[in-house]
Amino acid sequence: MDTTRVIIVAVGGQGNLLASKVLGEAALLANIPIHMSEIHGMAQRGGVVESTVIFGEADSAIISDGEADVLMGFEPSETLRALNKCNAKTLVITNLSPLMPFTVNIGKGVYPNLKLLQDLIRKKTGKLIAFNATNIAKEAGSIMAVNMVLLGALIQTSTVPLTADHVKTIIRSKTKKAFSDINLKAFELGFSAAARI
Amino acid sequence: MHKLLTDRAGEKMLLLGNEAIARGAIEAGVAFTSTYPGTPSSEVSLSFFQMSQESDLYFEYSTNEKVALEVAAAAANCGLRSMAVMKHVGLNVAADPLMTLAYVGVKGGMVVLTADDPFMFSSQNEQDNRYYGKLSGLSVIEPSSVQEAKELVFYAFEVSEQLQEPVILRTTTRINHSTAVVTLGPIRPRVVKGEFKKDPLNLVTVPAVSRKLHVKLLKNIEKARTISETSPLNILEGDGAWGIVCNGISHAYVKDAVKDLDISRKVRILRIGFSHPMPGSWIKQFLKGCQKVLVVEEGEPYMEEAVKAFAQEDGNCVKIRGKGEGLFSPLYEFDPGMVRERIAKYFGIPYQKPVSVDVSDAPEVPDRPPTLCAGCSHRATYYAVKKAAEGIKTIYPTDIGCYTLGVLPPLSMADFLLCMGSSTGTGGGFSKATDRKVISFIGDSTFFHSGIPGLINAIFNNHNLTLVILNNGITAMTGHQPHPGADMSLLNLSGYGRLDIENVVKGLGVPFVTKIKPYKVNKSIEAIREAVRFKGVSVVISEEMCVLYAKSLGLAKGKPFRVTEKCKNHRDCLTIACPAFFIWEGKVNIDPTLCTGCAVCAQICPENAIMPLKAKKNSA
Ligand code: SF4
Repeated sequence: MDTTRVIIVAVGGQGNLLASKVLGEAALLANIPIHMSEIHGMAQRGGVVESTVIFGEADSAIISDGEADVLMGFEPSETLRALNKCNAKTLVITNLSPLMPFTVNIGKGVYPNLKLLQDLIRKKTGKLIAFNATNIAKEAGSIMAVNMVLLGALIQTSTVPLTADHVKTIIRSKTKKAFSDINLKAFELGFSAAARI
Repeated sequence: MHKLLTDRAGEKMLLLGNEAIARGAIEAGVAFTSTYPGTPSSEVSLSFFQMSQESDLYFEYSTNEKVALEVAAAAANCGLRSMAVMKHVGLNVAADPLMTLAYVGVKGGMVVLTADDPFMFSSQNEQDNRYYGKLSGLSVIEPSSVQEAKELVFYAFEVSEQLQEPVILRTTTRINHSTAVVTLGPIRPRVVKGEFKKDPLNLVTVPAVSRKLHVKLLKNIEKARTISETSPLNILEGDGAWGIVCNGISHAYVKDAVKDLDISRKVRILRIGFSHPMPGSWIKQFLKGCQKVLVVEEGEPYMEEAVKAFAQEDGNCVKIRGKGEGLFSPLYEFDPGMVRERIAKYFGIPYQKPVSVDVSDAPEVPDRPPTLCAGCSHRATYYAVKKAAEGIKTIYPTDIGCYTLGVLPPLSMADFLLCMGSSTGTGGGFSKATDRKVISFIGDSTFFHSGIPGLINAIFNNHNLTLVILNNGITAMTGHQPHPGADMSLLNLSGYGRLDIENVVKGLGVPFVTKIKPYKVNKSIEAIREAVRFKGVSVVISEEMCVLYAKSLGLAKGKPFRVTEKCKNHRDCLTIACPAFFIWEGKVNIDPTLCTGCAVCAQICPENAIMPLKAKKNSA
């Protein structure tokens, strides 16, 4: 079985680890070998959270520079920061709704221009799927569902060996009951958003 | 029921490395567990904590790692299976009892988990704790995967009982914080009450006893060596002429590299899982068939030196390399690409490195350092101290906790840090060595952990030190674990004592003690000023619950504030670096979803321009 390496980057609090957990549980359900890793030092305090999900016959749980098959970013500047993980074939899926780093908020840094950012990623990688996942999450019922929107987009691309059914089963059984309807809707909306791009 | 108590052997579960370790202990029938929390080990103890609330497993958050090790050692000397959990630097704190526990030994199995942190994702150093095996004479074992982490705990307990010695289980962050599918095993019944048999001539380490016990320890090391020689933890793969010796997570990278480079027929891999004592005869045997050997290990050249020594004993001149120019470094963690490239280079295999995207023309991405939460009381305390000490030449020794984040500008309230509790000792030293005013910062949990002896020292040696104790009621940084001053009733738990820091400090005899509510800015500044003026040891206890903890308990009551038209853009409010602030069209704003209503900024603003978002309702 081929190996598919997915790296997910987000800002603390965006639900990155839940997204990778859903992928992991779905892989277990589908009987696909999986290795995951996470670095969430001080995630609660607004830092960057990075997780990796590796499908298939590999033993490593982390991804070296230039070796990601998919980069999924929950926040556009974080997607850009992780671009060194990509190569010319990497599929990049990114939310376009910025979460301003505090440094920018107080005028100590410049947030990258979103159009330039997209042009750059499009030029250098295999494919870019960029959309405002935050708006879609709101439409689904909660801004917290950005993670599910992006999962929907990822599954739509068929780059990972999981079906929408696998993932939906897990969303239903493993995410909080109170949110599972919103999560499912967010997943569906993300799926169709990616299909339109 | 807690998922790790599931009694269905054979079932597959997606587990974090740390959960797998906790599960391994449960399967091994562990009865007595203790810890001082520390990343990357914290989820092991969290799992124990949760499980202890619904089973007869004993768990405690101990004051520090030394105490955690001691309580577990006592339990193990009553025949119970016990486990002490800590991060790598925690083992330094516990090293004192550990060294002599190696002499005394245990009756029931005892496992000491040390979670090392190569790259220092959340630590002050990246020391390699395999050396504790050599130093203490105890066995050290290391897993290479999440599944193995679970299995090895079980194995460690068995070895521990065979040797009647504790066993050190050494992991690294990439095992602790990796997730994989784990197959559950059967759960061995727990024996939760032990029996202590008096035997002072073997258990009371006066010199005459210890001289005898050291002899026993040396015999035990030989026994352990025999176990290591035949241990299933030392795995041989392949029979090629290129030798690779590896351990821990590096084994995963080596396996992937060998596959990617398609050299499996050319290599032989020796994965060392029993890393102290090393299996010497095995290694010598392994080396005999090798033309060239590469040692792949994160951290220090621990195995490399041993392997070279074994080769020398055997008169074997095979080239053995590991650390060094162009190969591996003791710095930081490895990654699969790095290991693949170094293997290719060392064995002369043509290899094209994957080309990463060229980011040289990408716009710079603004930093996103972790910051104190919006509304964190540490920010308020720092502001008050800064104001109180205006015009005074200061040194600010700090300590380990969220408040260490105060090192970053614009707060810049940290000048020196070594380890847990060091703010009190180093603070005293600075006060004697210089003429500056020393103001040390320490959190409540860290104060209990190891800050108290430094404070006692300062009183005795008459240091001129102001110690600010940031009392937010919980061990915040590692994920809100209780400590001896925590109110356990907030967690609906009973049966705990509770220490009051003010009483402790006064009981020690600190001549000047004052308490502040840091959200009351002017009063706090006044009180701190007085403490700073005091010659001798003064203590300021800054009391306010961690706002993130308060939120998680539903106790955060603050209402958001906003910046009104009165704002004249002085931007004084920005000096406290609260992440709820942002600048929009040249004007300061507050994000109401982040603001916790601490109102510190409102008290700083010279124009009184910061007001509650919703005007207070008139009490009707
Ligand atoms: S977790 Fe608590 S102590 Fe830590 S930064 Fe947040 S509010 Fe402050």
